[in-house]
Amino acid sequence: MHPFRIILVYLGWSLFWSAVQAALLLSVGVRLSAALTDALLTNALLVGGGYAMGTCLRFYQPGIKQGAYLLGWSLGLAGISMLLFNYLAGRIFRADEAYLAFVDATLPLRVVFAWLMILLVLLLNWMWYYTRERQQDEARKTDAEKLSREAELHTLRQQLQPHFLFNSLNSISALVGARPEQARRMIMQLSDFLRGTLRKGDQQQVSLLDELQHLELYLEIEKVRFGHRLRTAVDVQKEALEMRLPALLLQPVVENAIKFGLYDTIGDTVISITATARDHHLQLQVQNPYDPATAQPQQGTGFGLSSVQRRLYLLYARHDLLQTRQQENQFITSIKIPQKL
Amino acid sequence: MKCLIIDDEPLARGMVAEYLQRHPDIEVVQECGDGFAGVKAIMQHQPDLIFLDIQMPKINGFEMLELVDRAPGVIFTTAFDEYALRAFEANAVDYLLKPFSQERFDAALKKWLENRQIRPAEDKAADLSEVPAKQPEEQQRIVVKAANDIRIIPVKDVLYLEAYDDYVKVHTGNGLFLKKKTMGYYERVLDPSQFVRVHRSYIIPLAQLTRIEPLEKDSHIALLKNGVRVPLSRTGYSKLRTVLGI
Repeated sequence: MHPFRIILVYLGWSLFWSAVQAALLLSVGVRLSAALTDALLTNALLVGGGYAMGTCLRFYQPGIKQGAYLLGWSLGLAGISMLLFNYLAGRIFRADEAYLAFVDATLPLRVVFAWLMILLVLLLNWMWYYTRERQQDEARKTDAEKLSREAELHTLRQQLQPHFLFNSLNSISALVGARPEQARRMIMQLSDFLRGTLRKGDQQQVSLLDELQHLELYLEIEKVRFGHRLRTAVDVQKEALEMRLPALLLQPVVENAIKFGLYDTIGDTVISITATARDHHLQLQVQNPYDPATAQPQQGTGFGLSSVQRRLYLLYARHDLLQTRQQENQFITSIKIPQKL
Repeated sequence: MKCLIIDDEPLARGMVAEYLQRHPDIEVVQECGDGFAGVKAIMQHQPDLIFLDIQMPKINGFEMLELVDRAPGVIFTTAFDEYALRAFEANAVDYLLKPFSQERFDAALKKWLENRQIRPAEDKAADLSEVPAKQPEEQQRIVVKAANDIRIIPVKDVLYLEAYDDYVKVHTGNGLFLKKKTMGYYERVLDPSQFVRVHRSYIIPLAQLTRIEPLEKDSHIALLKNGVRVPLSRTGYSKLRTVLGI
């Protein structure tokens, strides 16, 4: 509800009770001016008290167990406001002894009434904030679910790599007529690659040897596609082979290097991949040629490296694990993978 | 009839050539592995039809077509379906999604033969050039044809753009290049936070701007780093102020 409307309802409510109280006082013989002043003053104080409690509730939402405190607080507040009323009435109606005697006599009753009213305001307030929080919780939950669904879809789509898949299928289609044996071999490689991608999707950490075997399948397929233009040089230190790295981390980096290398230069493209073990870190380096004159500045980290970087950050909470640099006409991507001791 | 196959994957070119064996009246005059070779071959052979891949080294298929004065019939062959709309808006004959079948291929050729009779070859490159680029590389570079070669100008090297009849003059540190495009095209394609159309005939990069000076009552000029003074229209002046936040 709009705050302005809440204020209106609140005022209407207290005016209504002022009228009831005034009528009651008139019926027991209090004169009109005193009855009206009495009713308005009482309710004005109650509005103040209720507002104070409401404000407290906005910042502090007690559970059921703390309900007793609320009862105490509201009783205290009712007492204070009625004492204030007593004092103010004493000042205003200094001459009217009969009325003041009446006020004194009804004070306990007034405190009880004030207490009930403040409790009612409290209850409404509490319900209002409770519902609102529920709604916000619900919205947050929906948002989070939507986000995770989107992330899942994104991962799936990336795993499938539709462009790679369709282009490979096209190559197979071209091979079927002239070189059926090679077509069959490429189908096997593609199947093994896809199966590996799906299986590895669930795994967290794999050995470098595993990842390299998977990568080899991918490179074989790409070499069939791009023919003699694409060559690779893989140089791996023996000590590094058993080191662990997150599954499917290296392949997107190499894919990026291949795309970058093949689309930014004309002629042969050599992609070199090296792996070394150093200081409890697995150091990977992927190098591709590029053209410094035409490479675009925003490609400072290549086409598809941001998701690799994001993944490394989520796993190791470090931003410095993926680094890129340019050296003459070579673009070099370095990755460090911390090893468990 | 003569045709060209332009694709960076040799097997993909082989596929098209194989499907073409059923159409002996169409002769493959050359196969090209990139856009540069494609432009050269088109000028040399004046083919009736080209089969064109989109993602290729250095310049993509759309950029290649921009460099051709009178484009032949174009059948795109690509694994990317996100360019289909752009290709059809550009009056491509057809758009074949890899891998495609002989039947689908034959249908594309039939479409081309039929269309050719109704509509004689027109300047398709011109139509194409007005479809806004979606690929990020086209927002980052301008491909132009110089006297003897093709230049790729990164947009960061552009000093300013100036309208010139049906062309746009691309001013760079290495000289002036003409590009058959409209100012409106570049206004849409270039990053609006870096390039501002300050006048009907001028687009300037903010990186080149050094000063804005009042000229007469109500009119201003922009002073660029290389000393060139560019007139600002009234709307251009206010656009510039909005982008600069003053």
